Amino acid sequence: MTTSGAIHQRSLRGLSDGLSQGEFSCRELTEALLSRIESYGPALNAFITVTADAALLQADRADKDRASGKSGPLTGLPIVHKDLFCTRGVRTTCGSNILGGFVSPYDATVVERLAEAGAVMLGKTNMDEFAMGSSNETSFYGAVSNPWNKRLSPGGSSGGSAAAVAARLVPAATGTDTGGSIRQPAALTGTVGLKPTYGRVSRYGMVAFASSLDQAGVITRTAEDAAMLLGVMAGFDERDSTSVNHPVPDYVAGLSKPVKGLKVGIVRQHFDEGLDAVCAARVRESLAALEEAGASLVEIDLPNIGLSVPTYYVVAPAECSSNLSRFDGVRFGHRCDDPEDLLDLYCRSRGEGFGAEVKRRIMTGTYVLSAGYYDAYYLKAQKVRQLISRDFKNAFEKVDVIAGPTAPTTAFAIGEKTDDPITMYLNDIYTIGANLAGLPGISVPCGFADGLPVGLQLVGPHFAEETILACAHQYQQLTSWHDEGPEEFA
Amino acid sequence: MLARLLLEDGEVDDVVDKLSRIVDFVDQLQAVATDDVLPMAHPLNMSQRFRDDAVTETDQRDFVQENAPSTERGYYLVPKVIE
Repeated sequence: MTTSGAIHQRSLRGLSDGLSQGEFSCRELTEALLSRIESYGPALNAFITVTADAALLQADRADKDRASGKSGPLTGLPIVHKDLFCTRGVRTTCGSNILGGFVSPYDATVVERLAEAGAVMLGKTNMDEFAMGSSNETSFYGAVSNPWNKRLSPGGSSGGSAAAVAARLVPAATGTDTGGSIRQPAALTGTVGLKPTYGRVSRYGMVAFASSLDQAGVITRTAEDAAMLLGVMAGFDERDSTSVNHPVPDYVAGLSKPVKGLKVGIVRQHFDEGLDAVCAARVRESLAALEEAGASLVEIDLPNIGLSVPTYYVVAPAECSSNLSRFDGVRFGHRCDDPEDLLDLYCRSRGEGFGAEVKRRIMTGTYVLSAGYYDAYYLKAQKVRQLISRDFKNAFEKVDVIAGPTAPTTAFAIGEKTDDPITMYLNDIYTIGANLAGLPGISVPCGFADGLPVGLQLVGPHFAEETILACAHQYQQLTSWHDEGPEEFA
Repeated sequence: MLARLLLEDGEVDDVVDKLSRIVDFVDQLQAVATDDVLPMAHPLNMSQRFRDDAVTETDQRDFVQENAPSTERGYYLVPKVIE
């Protein structure tokens, strides 16, 4: 189904085959998806900007390139970007009022590399403000709806990207993941979400949230598509000081690696009372399927993993308070009217420009970094981070991947968790560990609970994207959960 | 004030309530024994890479300043700082 049939149901691989065989042109493909975005996008609120004219120009160029044999790996294939990636000439809002009207003078490396490989950008997706949220409700541009049930949240912060892919408006979208912002929405919408190793993909041109945690990745419907995109996006970039100079393997070629013999770690702490019982059953069934295919399941402990959420909520706000100090109302972004003096200009521009969750995080960060509290909070959290990271390192001496739930429940209602920040934060309980330790992780659809998608998360050692992609791909060969889409968007 | 954020009167109670809950929540870290543990600043424990001190960017001031709320002759305008 993903490789043939209606254009919008096809994976990138299926579209690439269709273009190569002349079933349709890049222009026809682009027009078909733009028309779906126009019909369904507003009801989901998945997009902040649609770049129809530019997309059609790019598509025409892609058709010419294909005709003259100059095509790259993604020539003519559609993509949308989370509105956190800077795009030259197209506004970048990061879901915030403070960046209303901001047009980046340059492209993010991710945007540039995908464009150079021939991908056609159709638009930019809605997101939690500055990627701070797990429900897409903190966006200045409003909440995004989950295509499986429009009263529900698609998760976040890459909620628009996940909703667009789940609703078959596009086959692929970029996202960013600081604490689960790719994997959690992927799980809640029945899509594949890949967060690579810290430093694997350049952060240049990504609006910074928490610099020791942020990483760019993708949301797709298949692990194969994620592998196709990662091969283009990954690699050293001298413009990002944390980019790692590590060879980029052929991720697509690596997909054929069988799960037979793979040692899969099951974290005891991941199946405690915090996990919904039906979700737990789906995850256990998927683990049994891997075992059936020849993987061996090994129970492991991550003794400090329960501390990952409080650790994150010291480290991430601390880094956010520092990164977001650049929004000062002077050089770009929102400025208040008639400032009395410079201090008034800073305080009112920021007070008016930022939403409530972003303000909370800036203030939390300022508090934990302030004189007298720095050792007790920030330094302490960095030490606990070391312990959590060490737990993973020990685990990977025994197993090749760690598998478990991506999120504790299926999609929750919009508005359900907005009153209590802690309840919202705990939605990322299974994903944050990988960010703290800098590990790659992927969420794959593994069934349904009461009609809503459940995600299986696979986490690997540093730079083991090949292993988790291959395991996810092999799992998708055994199952067809990823072929099931929300009926309303069939 | 340290964060350079002005809150509306109506926002303050909610902020105080939620920040207190967040601080209470992260306080559980205090109970963890970390005496012999080094703080972790980088997920791959790498140090920052240096680059050559060479000019790599071209002058794009006018283009960059198109995003600025207020400029004059290439400068960013702010309210008077020195009396």
